[in-house]
Amino acid sequence: MTDFVTATVWLVGSAFALLAAVGVLRMPDVFTRMQASTKASTLGLACLLIGAALQLGDFASFIRVASIGAFVLLTTPVAGHVIARASYFAGVPLWKGTVLDERRNAKAGPQPDE
Amino acid sequence: MLDIVSQITLVTLSAALLLAFIRLVKGPTLPDRIVAMDLFGMLVVGLIVVLAGTSGVRATLDAAIVIALIGFLGTIAYATYVERGDPQ
Repeated sequence: MTDFVTATVWLVGSAFALLAAVGVLRMPDVFTRMQASTKASTLGLACLLIGAALQLGDFASFIRVASIGAFVLLTTPVAGHVIARASYFAGVPLWKGTVLDERRNAKAGPQPDE
Repeated sequence: MLDIVSQITLVTLSAALLLAFIRLVKGPTLPDRIVAMDLFGMLVVGLIVVLAGTSGVRATLDAAIVIALIGFLGTIAYATYVERGDPQ
């Protein structure tokens, strides 16, 4: 039973990791690439961690796996926000089909130079 | 059954690493390469965790913790460099 649950969770997690890589390769823009990377890889890594914790079945390894999961869940949104902010203010061009750029339309704040 | 599934998982994660590496080589700007490196760190942590769960060696989880920490710090450092320097 544990092996079956572990196998299912590992297959789902590796599928989400592959989807994140395909999104990073195929998306047209820095921001859309980062959106694919952060969300899908976080979900895939969480699934892989659950499978490993089930397979090891030890309290110490469960604590380690849970600490990895908590750390990744805390730091991935922060890293994505910092990369997006830095690339926007550095003047990286947006995709041609972008329909809304609220930062440029705002009155206050620094403007990105194109 | 779990041997075959772990092999499939490792092959899939390696294919994801290959796709991220293609983006790392191609990426037109520096933030593209930073995103690819961030994904690299996450995929390597996943590989190490699957290997630890398969082989039963608990000590490799410490390596996964360290790689997650250093990947986050490297991403923050690169983003600071991009915000102050030239993105091209």
